[in-house]
Amino acid sequence: MQEPAEQFAIRVRDLVVGFRRHVVIDHLALDVIRGEILGLVGASGGGKSVLMRTIIGLIPRQGGDIEVMGSPINHDRATRSAAGRWGILFQQGALFSSLTVRQNIQFPLRENLVLSDALMDEIATAKLEMVGLKPEDGDKFPSELSGGMTKRVALARALALDPAIVFLDEPTSGLDPIAAGDFDALIKTLQKTLGLTVFMVTHDLASLNTVCDRVAALADGKIVAIGPMRELLQSEHPWVRAYFHGKRSQMLQPRAS
Amino acid sequence: MATAPLLTATPSGDTLELRPGGSWTAANAATLERLSNDVAPQLDRAGVVKVDMAEVRELDTLGAWLLEKMSRRAASAGHRADVVGIADNYTGLIEEVRQVNRRTPAAPPARNPIVAKLDDIGRGTIGASEDVTAFLQMLGSLCIAILGVLRRPRSLRLTSLTYQLYRVGWQAIPIVVLITFLIGAIIAQQGIFHFRKFGADSYVVDMVGILVLRELGVLIVAIMVAGRSGSAYTAELGSMKMREEIDALSTMGLDPVEVLMLPRILALIFALPILSFIGSMAALYGGGLVAWFYGGMGPAIFIARLHEAVSVTHFQVGIIKAPFMALVIGIVACSEGLRVKGSAESLGKQTTTSVVKSIFLVIVLDGLFAVFFASIGM
Repeated sequence: MQEPAEQFAIRVRDLVVGFRRHVVIDHLALDVIRGEILGLVGASGGGKSVLMRTIIGLIPRQGGDIEVMGSPINHDRATRSAAGRWGILFQQGALFSSLTVRQNIQFPLRENLVLSDALMDEIATAKLEMVGLKPEDGDKFPSELSGGMTKRVALARALALDPAIVFLDEPTSGLDPIAAGDFDALIKTLQKTLGLTVFMVTHDLASLNTVCDRVAALADGKIVAIGPMRELLQSEHPWVRAYFHGKRSQMLQPRAS
Repeated sequence: MATAPLLTATPSGDTLELRPGGSWTAANAATLERLSNDVAPQLDRAGVVKVDMAEVRELDTLGAWLLEKMSRRAASAGHRADVVGIADNYTGLIEEVRQVNRRTPAAPPARNPIVAKLDDIGRGTIGASEDVTAFLQMLGSLCIAILGVLRRPRSLRLTSLTYQLYRVGWQAIPIVVLITFLIGAIIAQQGIFHFRKFGADSYVVDMVGILVLRELGVLIVAIMVAGRSGSAYTAELGSMKMREEIDALSTMGLDPVEVLMLPRILALIFALPILSFIGSMAALYGGGLVAWFYGGMGPAIFIARLHEAVSVTHFQVGIIKAPFMALVIGIVACSEGLRVKGSAESLGKQTTTSVVKSIFLVIVLDGLFAVFFASIGM
């Protein structure tokens, strides 16, 4: 058995986050195990993105402790500038529109490492191919990409520095089911090859079912249920029941439940 | 966990044995690149390359790629490359990296420099004619919108018009007053300083009066409005275009020109003459103050001389130009706004183009008016 601190990629204890008097995250505790894909579900506006942004230090917290890969996270420059620690896939991709795809992927490399241009090009092309794009796509600008390609490029940029953890904010939103399925498969493959820990905010029941090792449900500012999908389907919490057994979800349920 | 990366190369006879060790990760990128470059010449010489990865503590894409590159280099020189001792958790990564960078993207075909230059000139010409078309198109749709409003006066967006008037007119007053006041004062000071040499101090009043009322008042104000409000129009409409708000308007059966551009351009057309008037007064006031304190010419004398020197004609010549300049600024700002494409860069580019183009056109227009007024004797 490993040391407890070694085992967890993210440890959140007693976290409180709020805006003025409105408390969004209320004494929340969450552990993400190294090498797993954790899916986070929650109501729209229920604080999923706030939780993710707090963990990566973009939003100040009112109380509690956060540790990512064993080092404490604060809302300060030092945390935010530790770019190599994690990669983040924003919901809209957040690609730099004035740079080409290749320059977007090279951006974190260029800023953080000392590398020759030739090697930088090779690494960027390697990342492009790893996310399933063609080397020629590297010369396109973000405005020329389709939704699925934008997400792939954003993922390649998030992975540019080979971080141990990637945060994905609704990675399959806005994609058609086929593209979403492909993207799920890609996440799974990359997670295996690169040994990543993936923290994924999603509403896509299919991706929760297929790629996530564990699913955490956020309601009323707390994690009300966490575990493999099977366990969540049996959860008694009213919101979790409503989420997984609602009309929309029923269509996707396996007969077993 | 993280240790310094190593690479030991032991040549034994025909075989070169490479033993990478430590952390082959992006954090050590500079060292790794140096290590692999150092060993490269030996790779070409060795007959068989053996890579023993047993001592690699950490590996990521960058490290794996550098190792892969070494074995590819050996392979391309016609030698055998064996990789042994890969830790289980890195097999997938090594396999993945073997697949990448196999195909070099086709280089774009080289272009003849002369053809390229001609191509640029051609594109530039087409671009210029497109500019004219866009301007005329906007003017045309603006006329249609105005006709529509004349037919149904209630379709004029009065709220929007008032708000735009407040923004481009009322809110611009302080800066317009300040700048024109300073310009008037500077002209008067320069005039007094140089005219004094031949005892013509008092003609400063003629100069300031005519210059400000005919040309400078309206020109300075128009340039400031182009920079202040024209750029704002372009940026607003451009970001609305980017976020598909303009498309949303058209799908609701509304004409974006009528809803968005007409109130903005009309506001400019109303505001600019008023601002020019206020600006001219501020400039005369500045000139008067300088004449008083620097030139020793009392306010009563200044006003009396001004009364003799300028006539209503001068004022008319200045103020008639204002609405036309406003129209040009408004049309350029709106049509550039609509040409914004998806990216943030394009928004910046069109905003710059809008300001540069409208200032240029304002000055050209001023020149045309000068010719026109001279020929009709005003």
